[in-house]
Amino acid sequence: MSLSADDVAKIAHLARLAVAPGENAALGRELSNILDLVAQMDAADTAGVVPMAHPLDMAQRLRDDAVSEQNSRDRYQAGAPAVENGLFLVPKVIE
Amino acid sequence: MQWETVIGLEIHTQLATQSKIFSGSSTAFGAEPNTQASLIDLAMPGVLPVLNKEVVRMAVRFGKAIDAEVAQRSVFARKNYFYPDLPKGYQISQYELPVVGKGMVEITLEDGSSKRVGVTRAHLEEDAGKSLHEDFHGMTGIDLNRAGTPLLEIVSEPDMRSAKEAVAYAKKIHQIVTFIGICDGNMQEGSFRVDANVSIRPKGQAELGTRAELKNINSFRFLEKAINFEITRQIDVIEDGGKVVQETRLYDANKDETRSMRSKEEANDYRYFPDPDLLPLEIDEAFINEVVATMPELPDARRARFESQYGLSAFDADQLTGSRAQADYFEAAAQVGGDAKLTANWVMGDLAAALNRDATDFAHSPVTAVALGQLVARIKDDTISGKIAKDVFAAMWAGEGGADEVIEAKGLKQITDTGAIEALVDAVLAANPEQVENYRNADADKQPKMLGFFVGQIMKQSQGKANPQQVNALLREKLG
Amino acid sequence: MELHERSIAQLSAGLRSGEVSSTELTKHMLQRIRMHDAALNSFITVTEELALTQAKAADARIADGTAGALTGIPIAHKDIFCTRDVRTSCGSRMLKDFVSPYDATVVENLQRAGVVMLGKTNMDEFAMGSSNETSHFGPVRNPWDRETVPGGSSGGSAAAVAARLCIAATGTDTGGSIRQPAALTGITGLKPTYGRCSRWGMIAFASSLDQAGPMTRSAEDAALMLTGMAGFDERDSTSAQRPVDDYVAALGQDIRGVRIGIVREFMGEGLDAGVGASIQVAIDELKRLGAEIVEVSLPNAGLSVPAYYVVAPAECSSNLARFDGVRYGHRCAAPKDLEDLYKRSRSEGFGPEVKRRIMIGTYALSAGYYDAYYLKAQKIRQLIADDFRKAFAECDVIVGPTAPSTAFRIGEKADDPVSMYLSDIYTIAVNLAGLPGMSIPVQPSAGMPVGLQLIGGLFDEARLLNVAHQLQLATDWHRQAPAGF
Repeated sequence: MSLSADDVAKIAHLARLAVAPGENAALGRELSNILDLVAQMDAADTAGVVPMAHPLDMAQRLRDDAVSEQNSRDRYQAGAPAVENGLFLVPKVIE
Repeated sequence: MQWETVIGLEIHTQLATQSKIFSGSSTAFGAEPNTQASLIDLAMPGVLPVLNKEVVRMAVRFGKAIDAEVAQRSVFARKNYFYPDLPKGYQISQYELPVVGKGMVEITLEDGSSKRVGVTRAHLEEDAGKSLHEDFHGMTGIDLNRAGTPLLEIVSEPDMRSAKEAVAYAKKIHQIVTFIGICDGNMQEGSFRVDANVSIRPKGQAELGTRAELKNINSFRFLEKAINFEITRQIDVIEDGGKVVQETRLYDANKDETRSMRSKEEANDYRYFPDPDLLPLEIDEAFINEVVATMPELPDARRARFESQYGLSAFDADQLTGSRAQADYFEAAAQVGGDAKLTANWVMGDLAAALNRDATDFAHSPVTAVALGQLVARIKDDTISGKIAKDVFAAMWAGEGGADEVIEAKGLKQITDTGAIEALVDAVLAANPEQVENYRNADADKQPKMLGFFVGQIMKQSQGKANPQQVNALLREKLG
Repeated sequence: MELHERSIAQLSAGLRSGEVSSTELTKHMLQRIRMHDAALNSFITVTEELALTQAKAADARIADGTAGALTGIPIAHKDIFCTRDVRTSCGSRMLKDFVSPYDATVVENLQRAGVVMLGKTNMDEFAMGSSNETSHFGPVRNPWDRETVPGGSSGGSAAAVAARLCIAATGTDTGGSIRQPAALTGITGLKPTYGRCSRWGMIAFASSLDQAGPMTRSAEDAALMLTGMAGFDERDSTSAQRPVDDYVAALGQDIRGVRIGIVREFMGEGLDAGVGASIQVAIDELKRLGAEIVEVSLPNAGLSVPAYYVVAPAECSSNLARFDGVRYGHRCAAPKDLEDLYKRSRSEGFGPEVKRRIMIGTYALSAGYYDAYYLKAQKIRQLIADDFRKAFAECDVIVGPTAPSTAFRIGEKADDPVSMYLSDIYTIAVNLAGLPGMSIPVQPSAGMPVGLQLIGGLFDEARLLNVAHQLQLATDWHRQAPAGF
């Protein structure tokens, strides 16, 4: 398995990571090595096997519909990088 | 070329729970920014979701209301994408295994015929926060109060063939979700949001054309306009030799047009996978039975009952079940008023007109259902006439008190004392000898109309308080 | 015996008898951290003031008779656990200034039991690593040989416990992150059954694999710590709704007739000969104590590393999407637009290993690859779980090596991710199946610690602890301490 520079750029964009053009090839090689390791899975015959999403055979527990949270905005926003009038600020979103 | 329109709707209904789908934050509308955003809603490191039971109950209620299969096992998945109003970087939704499967609703078309529209599925998911684009030094503000509000997304089959059908279907879903009490249906506040997938194809062609998804539609009127605009646009594009592009388009109500959402042009790859923080949702027979046992009456059943129980016409029953608030209002008023037909006329007539005039609704009416019922009761027991009742209603609407209070304060009690009415009649007849003479000489078929003059005079003298039936009877007797 | 050399039970007795106060004990441990941690770098944050406040409160509880077995015991938390009003960095630049507004359930539970928190320990960034070299706060050194790694990702906790800088510590284990560093530093580490300890407030790496557990100097201490940590938590949907066993009471049973399974596939190729010999000595000792030794097979265990490197990165790619520079954490300077904010904040905030795993996971989940990677891996998970089910029909506890070699040199594998990944070859299958696993020190090899891994059936922690404790009663491998500490 070998990822092209184009693949690396596409994945990086999906993951919102910046990859400098210079790092692209090296990163592609590292990722390809990992994918080679992963490719060992191909040896397993998994026909008819039920995928296991969870170690425990349990169903989702449900909580009662009750408001349990109080306003803690000031405390929760104490470490926020940019806040004004209680809003988190980000560069302009264009719709 | 003859074109056929194909429309499917995706309706996001905010479920009317107290708390959010995965956290204990309030879902109340209109709070100060981020005051209803808990650790979970903010996606703080290390937090985990736990599913709200009421959300599941509501989904099951909807499933049962549209005769759909309720999945014994459904799975929450993560839909991964970056957006500032999506704090976790993924939305928890249902993908492969939704809670509600195939169902069906029946809509009534303009010509009175009915049509079945398929519901493909309905799935649970969380709402996103809001981006506020007012100017914060060129920045956008993010409010996460809405993040995590429970949504039931109802996806239809592409069964509709015109904007009017789409509106009828959307109204039907709106009616169902409000009647079963799972959504407040408030389109202005975004509790009920409609996206329309619209495509056209040459009439007779089986395969579907390329569709555009219309978003940002916040009323039924705009839904119809947006679809009609889009149909015309697509026909123009194709007839000019172009191709319809699959894209998301925003409806602009001010300009009455749809336009492409450029920022979403990039192909999305949502990388869905089962959310490992949540386990499969299992719904057993007992849970479903409990929901069914407490299921509020569905609109169609209620309409039929209004006809049979209250003897209302099909038209009246249909009108009164237009919304759950209206149907509830009517029933509460009718119970107090003691005359269903008369109550129905008031609810659909004066009350509806007043609500409309003051841009309010049944739930917020200044004249409550009980108050209107008391007014109707006073008409029914002849305390006031129907005409006087309109004045009483106006006073009640203005906040001057209940029916009895207003009648008392304004001295509007009807005159039913035969002696008093006879004196009025005699006085009017004595004052108008010429008219009396004319009446007596007139043909029998013209007399009823001429009688109106005397009635009018007597009512004027009595300031409208004389009982009209008694006045009529006495006049006829005396004019012989 | 010096205070820092004593077990939790001994210290608890000393605290109750009034021989020593928690404040004195805490000051003693803080002094040791000051003296020795510069050489190890096992702590990211030392919470001296808070520790002394908690020690004072513990002394009050001891005085009024409301103290429990852990009251007044100075411990450290891996810096992956959220601690209210205390920096919680997860070993990352992304969170280097993040002060958590809340406590993790495990932290809360232990606080209720009365422990004293000395500080937060160093770790591989976001728990991704097997050597503690990926930490933004620099590598941790192994107290047995400071040129070698302590293992990872709970390397700081392991080194601190091994060097007796704290009495016990918490760790987390996604693919071996408690057991492998425990093996490399000669301490006892237990990864409980998935769902036994709450994950609320434990910063997620791979949600379906992560589990918190104790890192201590003995099985007995581990039993006490686990008792304080474990339990159902309504805030975690994946938390097991079953009572916590009496781990301490279970320690007393002898192990005659306990069937010990030796995994054929774990004792062959790839295992360092010295490590293999030490494991054999331990197996012989178990046999001498009356255990029945049987051979079992886990035919699909070899697929655990490849499957893990799909499941864990896939979940991590999604779990780490919340670190976007908007609500907390690192934000790049002067972002020119939204995309720039995301990309630069994340690229500056995350180190290379975290980025690699996010990339792999993103790729594995992307359109067209889901079935070939994620779904395939989930099926292999099922095969591995089935292997264990079959094996546990023939034995009660599985034992074998925790890691294929003793501690390797700092830098040795840093440039070769795949070879680093293979350090967890014996531990990963346990996480994929959700089982409890433990590592205890056995006879060292060439002066360096070797870990024996014990694996149990679901929720069989009591039996694991008992087998480990019985072995520790009969041997003194767990009493050995690195020179100079």
